Amino acid sequence: MKEVKLFLGPQHPGMHGNSSIHMYVDGDIIKRSYLLPGMLHRGFEKSMERRTWMNNIALIPRICVPEPDPNEMVFALNAEALASVEVPERAHWIRMLVLELARLSAHLMAFGGIGGPTGLYTAMYWAQADRDSILTLFEEITGQRVYHMYITIGGVRKDLPKGIEKKILAFVDDLESRLPDYENLVLNNPSVQARTKDQIMLPAEVVWELGVTGIGMRSSTGKAYDLRKVTPYARYDKVEFDVPTATYSDAHTRLTLKYLEMYQIIRIIRQILDLMPAGKVREKALDGSALRWQVPAGQVYSAVEASRGEYGYYTVSTGGTMPYRVAVRGASFPQATLGIEKYLPGHRIDDAALWFDTMGICSPEIDR
Amino acid sequence: MKKTSIFAPFTGWKYLFRKPVTIPMDDIFKHPRESQDNYRGFHVNDWTKCIGCGTCSEICPTAAITMAQRADVQEEEGSLPERPVIDYGRCCFCGLCVDICTSGSLSMSKAYLYNSPDPEAFVSMPTDRDITGTPIIAGYVKDENSDLLDLKRKPMPEISVEESKRSFVEIVRGYSAEQAKAEAARCVACGICTKTCPAHMNIPEYIESVWKGDLKEGLAYLYKTNPLSAVCGRVCTHKCESVCSISNRGEAIAIRWLKRYIIDNAPDEAYESVVNAKVSKPGAGKVAIVGSGASGLSAAYYLGSLGYEVDVYERREKVGGPMRYGVPRYRLTDEALDRDVSIIRKLGVRFITGTEVGKDVRFEDLQKKYDAIFMATGYPYTRHLKIEGEDSRDVVLAMEFLSEATEYLRGAGPMPDIKDDVTVIGSGNVAFDVARTLVRLQNEKFGKSNVKMMALEQRDQIPADEEEILAGAEEGIEMNLGCGPQKIEIDLETGSVTAIQGCVCTRLFDENNRFNPEFDYNAEVCIVAKQVYLAVGQTSDLSYLPESVSNQLKMYRGKIQVNENRQVEGLPWLFVGGDLIRGMDIINGVADGHQAAIGIDKLLSET
Repeated sequence: MKEVKLFLGPQHPGMHGNSSIHMYVDGDIIKRSYLLPGMLHRGFEKSMERRTWMNNIALIPRICVPEPDPNEMVFALNAEALASVEVPERAHWIRMLVLELARLSAHLMAFGGIGGPTGLYTAMYWAQADRDSILTLFEEITGQRVYHMYITIGGVRKDLPKGIEKKILAFVDDLESRLPDYENLVLNNPSVQARTKDQIMLPAEVVWELGVTGIGMRSSTGKAYDLRKVTPYARYDKVEFDVPTATYSDAHTRLTLKYLEMYQIIRIIRQILDLMPAGKVREKALDGSALRWQVPAGQVYSAVEASRGEYGYYTVSTGGTMPYRVAVRGASFPQATLGIEKYLPGHRIDDAALWFDTMGICSPEIDR
Repeated sequence: MKKTSIFAPFTGWKYLFRKPVTIPMDDIFKHPRESQDNYRGFHVNDWTKCIGCGTCSEICPTAAITMAQRADVQEEEGSLPERPVIDYGRCCFCGLCVDICTSGSLSMSKAYLYNSPDPEAFVSMPTDRDITGTPIIAGYVKDENSDLLDLKRKPMPEISVEESKRSFVEIVRGYSAEQAKAEAARCVACGICTKTCPAHMNIPEYIESVWKGDLKEGLAYLYKTNPLSAVCGRVCTHKCESVCSISNRGEAIAIRWLKRYIIDNAPDEAYESVVNAKVSKPGAGKVAIVGSGASGLSAAYYLGSLGYEVDVYERREKVGGPMRYGVPRYRLTDEALDRDVSIIRKLGVRFITGTEVGKDVRFEDLQKKYDAIFMATGYPYTRHLKIEGEDSRDVVLAMEFLSEATEYLRGAGPMPDIKDDVTVIGSGNVAFDVARTLVRLQNEKFGKSNVKMMALEQRDQIPADEEEILAGAEEGIEMNLGCGPQKIEIDLETGSVTAIQGCVCTRLFDENNRFNPEFDYNAEVCIVAKQVYLAVGQTSDLSYLPESVSNQLKMYRGKIQVNENRQVEGLPWLFVGGDLIRGMDIINGVADGHQAAIGIDKLLSET
């Protein structure tokens, strides 16, 4: 029978972000599939070589729209490592707070985002509303809702506004009290389960083969590989939290892990607010005005645990005002490129969007 | 985790009875949500603070900011008549422009709603209103954490006060390569300094050369406008630093020290290439320069580099004028001056020293022998106060004393006759030079110092450089401010000075802002002193000019009037520069010398 060529995205309610899947289908079974990136043709990595160290802070949040802060974090970590700067203690805790809030908002978006491909729009609405509350918190802390440009070389741009702790606590208390509603709505929902249980499998061999990290790896191998535990950055070694794992990775398990992680994030946020010391929030890292900042020559790789897995920058500096090279390790790069080509075929057309969502794919970080 | 149930999702129905979190469309227009306090909305620019430096435009990552010339903005010292224009089609609201703003004029409002069918309407010049035009609610402002400037100057290594007040060793030791680079990195290259510098030196350019480590390029920039950079790098009055855009919120870039760094560290071959730069068509003609102070040397360099035959007449044994016989060694070493002079000498300029025009050689003879004459005889004589007792032998004139002191230090003369309790009248840079030199000589002669200063001015009116005032205080000079001398008391038997009688000065400038002091003659001040040094300004002596020339000179407030090329009207062959035409300052002289050289070249290349 003749194969039909189909495009999923970039303009499609089930598609996450601006990329497209090029599918050849036979009936409703995908026979071959390729990712078509390039919808976000900014060329981030190349652009970064043409921007000063500070100006890059305004560019890099765009590499992952739902969770921009890990970009700022790894960029700053690299520059600080090259310049041998010690970040003030309080800045570490503020960075953690921002990263956890960002993780929470990204998890909400992905968890509620399952509503798109399953037709359960209520989940999406709820999650967006809650995410919006986090964005309001971000607006108050950083000055912007989506692209924060807040974590910067030497610390963070500004101290936390007065009284923000109470607002954050009130929000996480409220969210925590409503998380069981999410569970009932999504995880315990038979119609969602029908689409996710024993579907869209991610066997451990595939994890090892592709180099999947994050929830994908933790859900199938049972390994608690979380950079916050494995190679703690900021002050993650000072807070207590668990890393949920599983050994059977279907779409439902991965959603459940995401759900369980939200509790851990709330737990971490409470500890941060409790333990955060007072003091400086930014160290003068480099000589001169930002127009002439020069990061000492060298190369360094730093990674943080993003909501989708290990997220890192490999930075090379030749001592100039601009990075010589920055390579981004997008957390979802392996599953989105090779994964789609090799493991999406065999699924039904309607599962493609679910596959994309539960594998934790963020388009711009492929398209960087 | 709960079991799966077909009813589980329906627990969500309880949200039907809760207040919706969404905002009705109606409210968006009628009661728009106010953003948070820190919000990075549209830009607001306080024009009373904005100096048009363009640093916002430099840092903008999206190239959204351009600087627009404004005819309605007054051209003032320390600012440019330009204001930022923001293209909201490009702006990404990162706020880096706010964070780096040198004057602190830029901030952001809380406004986030703006719409127009006209694409041009998204380009806006923010004032105290943002693009929306409505009264603004303040949003994002910078603080010390988000500040992207480096407001602190790299400290200059200096010898200790204890050591310096006992010797004439140069106090400032100069930046190391690392320090100079770090200091140069603070510059935002706005160029406001260039406008203010009398010589319009390429300041941002040579600072960038220091930052890049290219001293040859830096040296070439220096010599474009200033052949006395070793001198100016030490004792310039640095008007550039007082207008430095960084000084609006922090410490100005150490422009003078960076200039000195280039001169002190540029390799010899760099000098060779700068000095030996050939001109396409060498000038033909002979020029006499009367006086070898700053303007004379500057004119000699530029005329020499153009290929003219230049003779510099100097009445003293060595060239340099007040730079040689005035400025004390702890501020300016002979070696630094010699370095600048040697470059000028290399160009083939002849220095005819020990020859006073008007005495050893007649001005009229110069007029016959040369195609053009540049008059740069300066203000070498100390002004008198015209008060009682001034003619005593214990009243010493500043310029004469400084000349004696510098001669003594280079081993060419005896130690000046100083007493152990002295008072200096005046508070300009020369007065401080005298007082601080006295401290050192007293320490040498008596092992201790007792120097007082007396001035009409209050602390904030003192004309001397701030660093002179601070150093003077550190060296133990006692300041008697706000009092004017009326009489110098003399012991009738011995004929020596005992004290200065004065009274309190109640006003320095009149309502027209002209110097016109008033005194309260009932509030008397008496300062004990065995010797009085007068440093209340200098004056010129133009008696060497023949009447045919002096009759033609137009004077205004004691200064000779010249055109923009420093040319005397009616006497096209005569050019004047330096102290004779404007305020006493080395950098003024350098600028005049350069401009006169341009004028002389024009004159001689046309005929």
